Amino acid sequence: MTRGPKTLLRRPLAAAGLLWLVVVIACSLFPRLVTGTDPARQDLRNALRGPTPAHPLGTDRLGQDLLSRLVHGGGSTLSGVAIATGVAVLVGVTLGLAAGYLGGVADALVLRLSDVLFAVPGMILLLVVMAVFRNNVAAAMATFGVLMASGLIRVVRSATRSTREELFIAAAKVSGLSGAQILRRHLLPRLTGLVIVQTALIACISLVTQAGLAFLGFGPPPPQPSWGGMIAEARAVMTEAPWALVPPGLAVVLTVLAISLLGDAARDGSTGRWSARKLAPARSRRAAAPAPPQRPGTPGQPDPERLLSVRGLTVAIPARTARGQTDIAVVSDVSFDIGDGEVVGLIGESGCGKTVTALSVLGLVPGGGRITGGSCGFAGVDLVRASAPQWHAVRGRGIGYVAQEPSAGLDPAERAGTQLAEAVRRHTGASRAAARLRAVELLHDVGFPEPHAVARLYPHQMSGGMAQRVAIAFALAGSPRLLIADEPTTALDVTVQAEITGLLRRLAIDRRMAVLLVTHDLGVVAQTCDRAVVMYAGEVVEDCDVPTMFARPAHPYTAALLAADPHRIAEGGRLPAIAGTVPAPGDWPAGCRFADRCRYVTPACRDVPVSLRRPDPRHATRCLRTGALDTVGGRP
Amino acid sequence: MVRLVTRRLVWAVPMLFVVTFFSFVLVSLVPGDPARSVLGQLATEQQVSELRQELGLDRPILPQYLDWLGRALRGDLGHSLVTGGDVGRLMGARLAPTLSLVVLATLAAGLLGVGLGMLSAVRGGALGRLIDVLSVAGLAVPGFWLGLLFVSWFAVHWRLFPATGYTPIAESPIGWLRSLVLPVAAASLAAATAVAKQTRDAVLDVLSREYVRVFEANGLSRRSILFRHVLRNAAVPIISLLGVVCAGLLGAAVLIENIFGLPGIGSGAVVAAMQHDIPVLQGAVVSFTLIVIAVGLVVDLLQAWLDPRVRTR
Repeated sequence: MTRGPKTLLRRPLAAAGLLWLVVVIACSLFPRLVTGTDPARQDLRNALRGPTPAHPLGTDRLGQDLLSRLVHGGGSTLSGVAIATGVAVLVGVTLGLAAGYLGGVADALVLRLSDVLFAVPGMILLLVVMAVFRNNVAAAMATFGVLMASGLIRVVRSATRSTREELFIAAAKVSGLSGAQILRRHLLPRLTGLVIVQTALIACISLVTQAGLAFLGFGPPPPQPSWGGMIAEARAVMTEAPWALVPPGLAVVLTVLAISLLGDAARDGSTGRWSARKLAPARSRRAAAPAPPQRPGTPGQPDPERLLSVRGLTVAIPARTARGQTDIAVVSDVSFDIGDGEVVGLIGESGCGKTVTALSVLGLVPGGGRITGGSCGFAGVDLVRASAPQWHAVRGRGIGYVAQEPSAGLDPAERAGTQLAEAVRRHTGASRAAARLRAVELLHDVGFPEPHAVARLYPHQMSGGMAQRVAIAFALAGSPRLLIADEPTTALDVTVQAEITGLLRRLAIDRRMAVLLVTHDLGVVAQTCDRAVVMYAGEVVEDCDVPTMFARPAHPYTAALLAADPHRIAEGGRLPAIAGTVPAPGDWPAGCRFADRCRYVTPACRDVPVSLRRPDPRHATRCLRTGALDTVGGRP
Repeated sequence: MVRLVTRRLVWAVPMLFVVTFFSFVLVSLVPGDPARSVLGQLATEQQVSELRQELGLDRPILPQYLDWLGRALRGDLGHSLVTGGDVGRLMGARLAPTLSLVVLATLAAGLLGVGLGMLSAVRGGALGRLIDVLSVAGLAVPGFWLGLLFVSWFAVHWRLFPATGYTPIAESPIGWLRSLVLPVAAASLAAATAVAKQTRDAVLDVLSREYVRVFEANGLSRRSILFRHVLRNAAVPIISLLGVVCAGLLGAAVLIENIFGLPGIGSGAVVAAMQHDIPVLQGAVVSFTLIVIAVGLVVDLLQAWLDPRVRTR
């Protein structure tokens, strides 16, 4: 493992742990090299002294040198730990491998055994062993090792089992190696980290337990020192000389710390650069209270006439690059409007920034990102600078939100009716009973013929389509004027998809509610939307009404999307796809971001950023070659 | 729900058999003559053979065990070799201090751990790193040593709490609480750090779920999201850990009872082990195993109550 030393160097704490362990083990193996003082030499005239030059750690009740006793006591303490850990690893790894590899009855038996070992009251059993084996520490620690094997058995078993199952598939493709060989090659690396963590944990617990036993008087017989025994001796004189508690206690604490730090480092070394910190908390950071810096040239102010008016919205998300932590823009200069009762589709391939845009409107920028520019007017409030009370009025009551994964969008631990009633109470201040009635009404509104029965269901008892209807009912609880639905049909069956889009359309008309529908499905757009906003690589590339988009797309990307739409392909025809991929945030070209995939690209397209232009007032496009699209015949 | 309890109880039976049989086998493993080993070299030949008969050691292990089991099932756990007292009654008398200590310490670890864990999940940053450090420290600092430090500070130096002794709750609830403050603190601090870490991980996991975003987007209050939805969904792994913590505290109780002079099963077992009083130790094994089984049952019921997917299965 060439990574080992480097890993240690990068972790000064683990290095310190290793150093301490080496010192402790060396002292325990060769105590006479460290201290010339006999640990059992009594000197009653100098009893219970604090640290002095002659006795660096002081003396105990009999005037015995504490440092010497500490050094000589390490051996009996650590040998107990070694026995317990050795037995645990031997038993745990053997049984875990056997259970995972053999499966069936052996697996079931070993698992039961592991359950029993786990439930055995360990300390009491150790006392039984001690009573029976007359202060035989080795026997007690070996027994303890067997009990501690429980966790290892489970860890090794499940790793072996999952490796085996994966390899079962792989082995069918790649033959030539025997099953055992494959298992050894794939299992060992996976097991190393797990076993190291468990072993370190077992060693830590064994050390504390060993010290505890010795403390209770079940250690090596009196003249011979042990750390736990020294704590017991210190306890007897605690009122006069509390200092004597410190050296043996600290020895235990530091040694356990060293083992666990080293275990962590070794695990990280064996499993690569694994870090819990990578899982940054998924909390949103709102834009800072003072107005965020406006980019020069940000177009105009929100249109107060429209319900939602987004202008120049720019969102950045922190990302790790070779140069360290930087903010990378994932959405830039996005502008669009939604009028009252209007159903707008936000369209584009995955990774174009549709979801980030939708969530940013709600002030919930994902991935710890923030809004770095632009504004977002909703019913007279600038959401980018909204205060907590303003958000309180907007979220749920002004804007409702429906997420993509239907069942993941509901609390799995509560009945549908309870969750709906909570939202109703929050938004209307209704009484409990009234909220419950209203919840049933909402369920009826989203098309359930038996809303009472649905209200009693838990999310896991619903189909995807049912859960999505309930999620829509939840978003309607505050009677919002705008509903943002993020890919609400993507995870559903085709027949259910049509029902949900139909429902959204009906709700928009019945309630005069605007809808922002995020989707990549042009069929959904055709059935549901009045207007389409097409996004590509973090920016809006086209914005027009739906019939126009299908008849006369003004941006090559829209045209290519239409050409690639599976709904429009004749049966048996070849499914066209747009060649290439969406450039990732951070890799956006300076000029037109679609240039690399575009049929109509000219050198001018790559020179400077292309701005959103309006061939006619109701149609915007971000393309220099819109004219060429018509003449060359951009329509598929 | 009924099935869950039944399954747990059915599983408890073989569990008890295995654990008690295991400790029986241990006794039979004593090298040489077990009775001699128990009584020591000073005992007379007659005493040894009497003990051998008393323990039934002159017969093979299985009949010995079945004999003990038969009597144990009728509630007869035998008699102490030292005092001659009934083991069942002895355990009963020592149950209250042990249960008080373990239950209070579990509650303390749960409250402190969940509070700190929630806080660090929501606030993050420095508090989160502090909890990482504390959870390592919690593993490293032996509870009994911490207990001695507490005695030296809070009982000997500042005289805030009694250093040793136990006041039954029936006698004086305040005295009971005062006699348990230091033992509970010493036993629960390490557990609290483990619970805090588990809580933080579980809460962060739930916070990243889609429904939290949906609730926030639809304007539910932060308080309700955190304490009603997130905490409830994070509670399942936390309660699993609390069950483990509670079982672990039984082991810690052996030492803590000894230090604080609590007349519990653990401190009784230590004395019994010193006196080689095997029947009392067997009684302690049975009592602790029963407590572990009861804890498992409580954990199952709590999880079923919290998680409809468990309950409605």
